[in-house]
Amino acid sequence: MSSTLLDADDIRRALTRIAHEIVERDKGPEGVALVGIANRGDDLARRLAAEIQAIERSAVPVGALDITFYRDDIGMKAEAPEVHETRIDFDINGKTVVLVDDVLFTGRTIRAAMDALMDFGRPFRIRLAVLVDRGHRELPIRADFVGKNVPTRRTDDVRVRVREVDGEDAVVIARTPDEVSIDAGGEIPSNAGRTP
Amino acid sequence: MNRHLLSMHDVSAEDVTRILDTAGSFQEVGSRVIKKVPALRGRTVVNLFLENSTRTRISFELAAKRLSADVINFASGGSSVSKGESLKDTALTLQAMGADAIVIRHSSSGSPLQLTRWVDGHVLNAGDGTHEHPTQALLDLYTMRERLGRLDGLRVAIVGDVLHSRVARSLSFGLVKVGAEVTLVGPPTLIPPDAGAWGVQVSYDIESVLPKLDVCYMLRVQRERQRLEYFPSVREYNRLFGLSAVRAGLLPEGSLIMHPGPMNRGVEIDSDVADLPQAVIEEQVTNGIAIRMSLLYLLLGGGPPGDAAGAASPAATVPELEAVDG
Repeated sequence: MSSTLLDADDIRRALTRIAHEIVERDKGPEGVALVGIANRGDDLARRLAAEIQAIERSAVPVGALDITFYRDDIGMKAEAPEVHETRIDFDINGKTVVLVDDVLFTGRTIRAAMDALMDFGRPFRIRLAVLVDRGHRELPIRADFVGKNVPTRRTDDVRVRVREVDGEDAVVIARTPDEVSIDAGGEIPSNAGRTP
Repeated sequence: MNRHLLSMHDVSAEDVTRILDTAGSFQEVGSRVIKKVPALRGRTVVNLFLENSTRTRISFELAAKRLSADVINFASGGSSVSKGESLKDTALTLQAMGADAIVIRHSSSGSPLQLTRWVDGHVLNAGDGTHEHPTQALLDLYTMRERLGRLDGLRVAIVGDVLHSRVARSLSFGLVKVGAEVTLVGPPTLIPPDAGAWGVQVSYDIESVLPKLDVCYMLRVQRERQRLEYFPSVREYNRLFGLSAVRAGLLPEGSLIMHPGPMNRGVEIDSDVADLPQAVIEEQVTNGIAIRMSLLYLLLGGGPPGDAAGAASPAATVPELEAVDG
């Protein structure tokens, strides 16, 4: 059973608002760079860059970051995790780097992304923009810019679909049929025995 | 992917694509200021090189170090092997020390396969006798795909001492697997009698083959492996099968000249030809590091050793951490 949390228009409005918030936070786009986490986060980062360009008439650098080699679960699955492309064609030293991802969940991807980014230089600061925050953090990480907060069960499957990869824009939540009621608090006690 | 890489027969066409695509990402890592990622932190890779080789060992060593693995180099000279230790005892020693992967170079064909019967870790064949050298074949495929944009339908000649060349065997098997057309060229004494079963063409006349090629792959004349006289003289070999400037001129525009190294300039390839812009020999060396990183990552980044399918192990029940979101 699955339902749509955000449709194409919702996503467009959320990205427009986040673009405004990013330039408002730093009083303009100077020194700001966007780095999207592959895959799908990089597509969202490119759209945010286009929005900022439209608002401020000034281009911000945008890159793509694959975090696979920095994951904390390499060797814990039968197959090595699939690798995507990293492309950061600009100097991140001294920049305000806004990491962009589609869904913020446990926070482990963001931890890996910050480690990966540090291998490219020393940014002035790192901020985080996500389209959906679904809760259930396992690390002390929070987003600076959020498209939509969505209370979920840990077992839910929240997927962002983007037209560049999936042919359409949507955020979809899927859950098993016996779990019908949304846990409004979004905080189910974490699974015992979960390893880092 | 298989647990070990012993032969190009161990990888499917899909595996080749995955290995080459992943190598592309490691190529990007190699272009950074900090050329190191933590992917294999805490794993131990042993380079067991029981036959002289500097180039391949250094390439594997660098690949493992750039993945943050711990690397042990074990060579025959100055080791327990020179004191008469058997391969089996060496293997059991490395096993007892907890090697997660063993990269083996050995003068006897089949020794990597034998090694898999004694150790739990992953075994990578870095060249065994006159049998195979699959990582060389994969870095060559990567170089061809990078330069020419495809592998399917490529016309490749492998020229020289095919009989003694593990590179020629692995590369032929790999090229045929991905749909390339392979022609083996050399004196009849140096073409293996079973080449008909490889799915390749054979020619004894280099000049008739050159004008139709995308890649001209020159093999080193391996005097050290030849126990008989397979051709009358080096000079005659060079005259009949060496790649001279005149012959290189017969190659179509945009075609590549490749060589697995180390080169015998003036024997299989003339010195001025080796330095032509279409000779991508150093590029092959650079790509070798990325390919070996890709292989170590794909083999060691999966389930733990000793768990063939990965399905029944406790590790496989670890919850999906953040495959899609998070």
